[in-house]
Amino acid sequence: MKLITAVIKPHRLDEVKDALQAFGVHGLTVTEASGYGRQRGHTEVYRGAEYTVDLVPKVRIEILVEDSDAEQLVEVVVKAARTGKIGDGKVWSLPVDTAVRVRTGERGPDAL
Amino acid sequence: MTPGLAFFYGGMVRVKSALNMLMMSFIALGISSVLWVLYGFTLAFGTNYSDADDGGLIGNLDFLGFQDITADNSDMLAFAVFQLMFAVITPALMSGALADRVKFSSWALFIALWISVVYFPVAHWVWASDGWLFEQEVIDFAGGTAVHINAGAGALAAVLVIGKRVGFKKEPMRPHNLPMVLLGAALLWFGWFGFNAGSALSPNGTAALMALNTQVATAAAILGWLAYERIRHGAFTTLGAASGAIAGLVAITPSGAHVTPLGAILIGLVSGAICAWAVSLKYKLGFDDSLDVVGVHLVGGLVGTLLVGFLATDGLGGFEQFGKQALGAFAVMAYSFVVTYLLAQLIQRTIGFRASEEEEVAGLDLAYHAETGYDFSQSGTGTVPAAGSVPVTADAAAGEKKVDA
Repeated sequence: MKLITAVIKPHRLDEVKDALQAFGVHGLTVTEASGYGRQRGHTEVYRGAEYTVDLVPKVRIEILVEDSDAEQLVEVVVKAARTGKIGDGKVWSLPVDTAVRVRTGERGPDAL
Repeated sequence: MTPGLAFFYGGMVRVKSALNMLMMSFIALGISSVLWVLYGFTLAFGTNYSDADDGGLIGNLDFLGFQDITADNSDMLAFAVFQLMFAVITPALMSGALADRVKFSSWALFIALWISVVYFPVAHWVWASDGWLFEQEVIDFAGGTAVHINAGAGALAAVLVIGKRVGFKKEPMRPHNLPMVLLGAALLWFGWFGFNAGSALSPNGTAALMALNTQVATAAAILGWLAYERIRHGAFTTLGAASGAIAGLVAITPSGAHVTPLGAILIGLVSGAICAWAVSLKYKLGFDDSLDVVGVHLVGGLVGTLLVGFLATDGLGGFEQFGKQALGAFAVMAYSFVVTYLLAQLIQRTIGFRASEEEEVAGLDLAYHAETGYDFSQSGTGTVPAAGSVPVTADAAAGEKKVDA
């Protein structure tokens, strides 16, 4: 199993959710997040005083998938999240040892 | 208007001292209103109504405790009540300069002393019929010198004594609630019609002209401020629109009864742009006028007071009038600056004016008011502990209450 984590622009969340659903993913976890990448944050101006706000709002999506789907799913997320502009975010995957469905106690791919 | 000022300033400070900022205006309402009845009105306007000669510096004590000002003397009672509004807002205006860093008890004492030795005499100079600036024919229809230049110069003096906020120019000190700032600006704008048009003291053509000019100068000042901002900083900001409105209101206050609506628009545009530029002075000159009382009220007051010298249409305009306006502006500015400086020093060296660094960094709301403006414990930021999460008895709660030193 793999854990796919995506940090994306908040307004792309619906597109990513739709794309995941179309792909057949049954569940996901979404968290509000903030951060910055190479472009840093943005500038705000209050009566001429400029403040650099480093951390910009993002959403973090986590999805557990089987190994065989992982590569393809990363592509699905990337495609749905992309606007082509700076700050689009990142997607990565990690190996997962165990997953358990709390209600039934099922383990491994059966728990997904 | 002063509750509007509370919101205007209250939204501009950081979360941790928002209540304190609101309270600095509300305590001005409390103290100034009471002192006005006790001895304020008689010091400001006493001689005006008794025709004694005192050189035009201060009123006499004929109306101590509002004696002889009764419902039977309705014109005078109405005037005395109306003028109370000016006595309240003028010291409250200075609170913006001292935001986030003064002891509440010291601020309260400062207001009481300041209106007694600065505001009451200056109001007499400018508005009493034997006041020395009134006799010099200085035009100040509704408070450009007596209110705004007076408060602006006082704010500058007080700031020089108090010093900068901890972290000034290093930490971001963004406004915590811009909708609240705009709400405050809106209340001020609305109240200002009473302040300006009401200064005609009757429902006549002058009042109507003043109401119109108050509206268009304020409107034009929003445009002036926003245009400056767009060119200089690349954005039309909400804070800029609110600030522009106040700058326009300030500038039209002394002059609006003596200029045409076109003149008012010009005064608005100029004050909006100049004040937008002036608020950056504190960064260049290195004084921390937190909410730009100097940049908006002193500079805006000067713009209106001096421009009316040229733009007055009722046979008053010209270099001679400009000279009179400059005399009035300079006299009030100098008096207010010097006396306020001494007062602030007196308080600083006796009971202490400035909050401790620990209190300032933690926020003044808890230190002086035993309250916090917002409870974020449910929103996940965890910056403020949940109120009432530990049950306490009434006695225990009272025992823990922080007492203003």
